[in-house]
Amino acid sequence: MISWIYRDLVEFVRLLRMAGLPIGVEQTELFAQGLSCVEALSRREIYLVARATLVLSRDHLPVFDERFAAFFGEGDSAGQGQRVPPAPRHDRVPPLRNALTAFMAERARPQAAEVGVPEQTKAASSLEQLQRKDFSECTSEELDAIERALRDVRFDLTLRRSLRFAPSPHGENLDLRRMVRDAARHGGRALTLHRRRRKLTHRPLVVLADISGSMELYSRILLQFLHVISRSHRQTQTFVFGTRLTCITGQLQIRDVDTALSHAARAIVDFAGGTRIGECIGAFNRRYARRVLRKGAVLLFISDGWETGDASTLDLEMRRLRARSHRVVWLNPLMGRTGYEPRARGVEIALTHADDFLPVHNLQSLHELSWHLAHIPRRKGSRPALGTVGR
Amino acid sequence: MPANREALAAALAERGYIVDDALAMSVFLSLRMQRPLFLEGAPGVGKTLLAHVLAELFETRLIRLQCYEGLDISQAAYEWNYPRQLLEIQARGTGGAAATDGLFTEAYLLKRPLLQAIDAAHERPPVLLIDELDRADEEFESFLLELLSEYQITIPELGTLKAHHRPIVVLTSNRTRDVHDALRRRCLYHWIDYPTLENEIAIVGRKVPALAQHLCRRLVAFVQRLRQEDLAKLPGVAETVDWAEALTQLGETDLDRGVVDATLGLLLKSHEDLERIRGALVERLLTESAG
Repeated sequence: MISWIYRDLVEFVRLLRMAGLPIGVEQTELFAQGLSCVEALSRREIYLVARATLVLSRDHLPVFDERFAAFFGEGDSAGQGQRVPPAPRHDRVPPLRNALTAFMAERARPQAAEVGVPEQTKAASSLEQLQRKDFSECTSEELDAIERALRDVRFDLTLRRSLRFAPSPHGENLDLRRMVRDAARHGGRALTLHRRRRKLTHRPLVVLADISGSMELYSRILLQFLHVISRSHRQTQTFVFGTRLTCITGQLQIRDVDTALSHAARAIVDFAGGTRIGECIGAFNRRYARRVLRKGAVLLFISDGWETGDASTLDLEMRRLRARSHRVVWLNPLMGRTGYEPRARGVEIALTHADDFLPVHNLQSLHELSWHLAHIPRRKGSRPALGTVGR
Repeated sequence: MPANREALAAALAERGYIVDDALAMSVFLSLRMQRPLFLEGAPGVGKTLLAHVLAELFETRLIRLQCYEGLDISQAAYEWNYPRQLLEIQARGTGGAAATDGLFTEAYLLKRPLLQAIDAAHERPPVLLIDELDRADEEFESFLLELLSEYQITIPELGTLKAHHRPIVVLTSNRTRDVHDALRRRCLYHWIDYPTLENEIAIVGRKVPALAQHLCRRLVAFVQRLRQEDLAKLPGVAETVDWAEALTQLGETDLDRGVVDATLGLLLKSHEDLERIRGALVERLLTESAG
């Protein structure tokens, strides 16, 4: 190949890599090799070869098209073959708002003097008493203590039977491969019955958390909780929503709490805004549900059910969500309040589509949740496990 | 082997498979550079069909592996023929250490699809279709890596078996989960989208030759409009073809609300979607797609 073209192409690949596309050396070689298979090197042909060899996923197409046009100049042919809807831009840094800004600022200077907080909590902050205190009534110091305690809570899910096998002395199937090897050593007689059984594997966990204005008082501890749960359970996918849905799975996998949360905060656009639960679940159902709600996934839905959008959309989307999940567990901080009745429009609808309805307003309720997750029934839609707070 | 992508597209079209430029280039390069082709796309856009057409085009055998959760080597690649081995051992009588000699040879091997694909007995390279890879679990992907990059399979008892003719490999996925990058890297990737209006008309026209041309245009336009609605499951090209076939069988000459309502179950496969679209919305979609 002519060397100047080659240099151009390497430069182009470098630009794509800078744009975040995972292109290995192998891909670059394929690209060059592909070009040599094509007779006339028009702009269109280069585009098609580059696309066939360098793009590894549909999600990369919009970026690829954009960079190609920028590098080789606008042409009429780029992207003609297939229409790809422009991907939502995630690279904008959104302005941080109220709750979160305050939260982050507070974290930045933990020694800052408390103003206006009565001294009565001095000795009262022992963990024992904190167990039952509503998060929304806690002082900053108490929240710190709760956060520390929270790190020790384990959130394990019940296991499910996989389709794969492992040797096991009391398994239900015979392991023929091992038996033959054994028999060969004993003149063709099978002396022992080797057995195998299905392996047990973890269920995936999917968390959908409401971070709208009405949940503001809980948002600090909520993010902390999300971090703990995604650190303790490897297959956790986390999404937050208010008026828009954001996936923060990647951010929460960072080990350090503060780094993780500040990364997550930057990704979230609509902290403490309004709530359109139905639409956000709809967005989740269309974009992610098929990929993350599989293999008997358990769905944790955290919201106070305060819906400002259309009630019928919520009903429809909740039903779709339920159909895909092994179990839908609704966590509602308001349930801890004495005299609370599920009156909010959204709550009534969503209640009909949830398997369990649990409070999540103090430390004790989180311990209960941990127990509950470890005892999720094997069969879909069975009665809530013992100890569940009923509706 | 077609000389360039236009020739390939024409050859495929001759067999009723219509491709756009990008797909033609991906298929062409995958054949030329002997790389597996990894196709992703919504159900019913013709991913599997492409493998069938390729087999037809090269007049070769199609070996198909349907993936599912729990699929493992013994079902995908090979398994030892245990009953036969046991019988052989017993026939030899008590033999001591030499009892296993000659037991782990090709004669006792049951060849499953992946091993069949690289079998030396083929006269010309077969087409290997690994269908709905997203249904298999992640462990299985790792096993595929050796096959897809070296076209060989290693059997511990026997050694490494290598393909004499590299098979034409097509992998498909409905994207119910992400397939690992390591596997993508070994393939040429292509996302198959729903076809454009003109391409879909051409496809339906070919599959259902008895269909009147104006009705064909009209029904494809309706399906294309339907795909813009918020549905739980969008109708694929396969559904369009089924619908066209049904309308021909019924002897319909034009689309109206009654006809569409009665046959909508061929396009929409979910109760929820049917309830939503049937009736007034059909009327609206019909007028919108006609204009």
